[in-house]
Amino acid sequence: MDQIAFIFDILLPALMQGLVITLKLIVWSAPFGLALGIGVAAGRQYGGPVLSRVCKTFVFLIKGTPLLLLLFILYFGLPSIGITFTALTASVIGFILCNGAYNSEYIRGALLSIKDGQMIAAQALGMTRAQAIRNVIMPQALRRAIPGLSNEFIYLIKYSSLAYMITVVELSGVGKNVATKYFIYTETFMVVGIVYLALVTITTVAVNILEKRVAVPGMNRAAAAQL
Amino acid sequence: MSDNNIVLRVEDIHKSFGNNEVLRGISFGVRRGETKVFIGPSGTGKSTLLRCINQLTIPDRGSVWLDGEEVTNSGARINYFRQKIGMVFQNYYLFDHLTALKNVELALLKVRGMSRSEAREKALTELRQVGLEDWADHYPAELSGGQAQRVSIARALAMDPDVILFDEPTSALDPELTREVLEVMKKLALQGMTMLVVTHEMGFACSVATEILFMENGVVAEQGTPNLLMHDPKFTRMKNFIGQFDSYRGD
Repeated sequence: MDQIAFIFDILLPALMQGLVITLKLIVWSAPFGLALGIGVAAGRQYGGPVLSRVCKTFVFLIKGTPLLLLLFILYFGLPSIGITFTALTASVIGFILCNGAYNSEYIRGALLSIKDGQMIAAQALGMTRAQAIRNVIMPQALRRAIPGLSNEFIYLIKYSSLAYMITVVELSGVGKNVATKYFIYTETFMVVGIVYLALVTITTVAVNILEKRVAVPGMNRAAAAQL
Repeated sequence: MSDNNIVLRVEDIHKSFGNNEVLRGISFGVRRGETKVFIGPSGTGKSTLLRCINQLTIPDRGSVWLDGEEVTNSGARINYFRQKIGMVFQNYYLFDHLTALKNVELALLKVRGMSRSEAREKALTELRQVGLEDWADHYPAELSGGQAQRVSIARALAMDPDVILFDEPTSALDPELTREVLEVMKKLALQGMTMLVVTHEMGFACSVATEILFMENGVVAEQGTPNLLMHDPKFTRMKNFIGQFDSYRGD
């Protein structure tokens, strides 16, 4: 069979279906992963001893074990204690937990970089600590965390392929199925790779635009150098 | 001194950091419209005293009263008192991610619960008061030190405080910028704002202060009107301290 015809008539239409699943995984995971990351970082940094310990343990567990293991537990393990998720839901939950744990570390690093005076000034105006964190500390910390967070988002795009291991036929899964059906491995996986590259490129461009739009004069090194 | 004129009363404040007793029993009362200036060598607890007043530092002993209500041990109500006790810091502590206008607006929106338009109008009024209306849309990094400090004064003023604490407001500024900040403070004093000022600016202290409190080793060593402290032969400590300043400056 002609290679061009294979790619355009068979491979790409199939990959589009897989891409839709991959995008679903990402779009459902990323916002909650970010929210979880913010919550865990704030809890660890500003929470009481108990909350702080809980957040630390959560990050320790997620960082210390393979994501694949987490997915297996969520999908294959939990039904034995009566909790059943669809494969897609189990994947999204796994990705949120993983993404959230790593995001929290980037955000925590950014929180540590915010000068004490910001909190002191906010409190001196009558803000509670929670108000100060929400309105003064977090907006600054999140800006500083953008490079790290975008890195983690890009990881998410790629480790979304692990969902295939618990039967979610996403982009990589579709590639694998097509490749084994037609015995065309190299070309198939190269095209799959190009689709991932495209996703990551779009993300990188989008992050650059976002970073410029939320930039504040003097708040990062590049801008400070220009002054 | 009639008691109902007293807006802020500080009673027997003690504070130690480790074995270092920074404040050893400070008491005074502030009448409405008064400007009290604290001077003295570094490390004698002047800044700590201001922070004890709005409870950014919790004193070990003693109490603070604002308009007859206890500020110390006030629990969550401290956030109400902090609105009524403004504070201006040596390093301004402007919110780095917000424009001058939004720096002034933030607490109006989030703490006072004003509407957007109300807060904006109030913030612009306060910026006008410190002469920075035209700089409303600039970020802290784009302001000079003097401008930044004036924004932070506007931010404190916006809460309509009963008293403002100034913690070495000009110590980070060169003489020219110092002057523009002191002029704003002088104007406030003349308008009747109640102010507690920790400073090394003797010229400001002598011309604006209702009373100077000379602090040394955690206590108020001398206390009186500028005229009294400068000219009454009974008082020597502060004159010696200023004398050191003058010979250091070479005049």
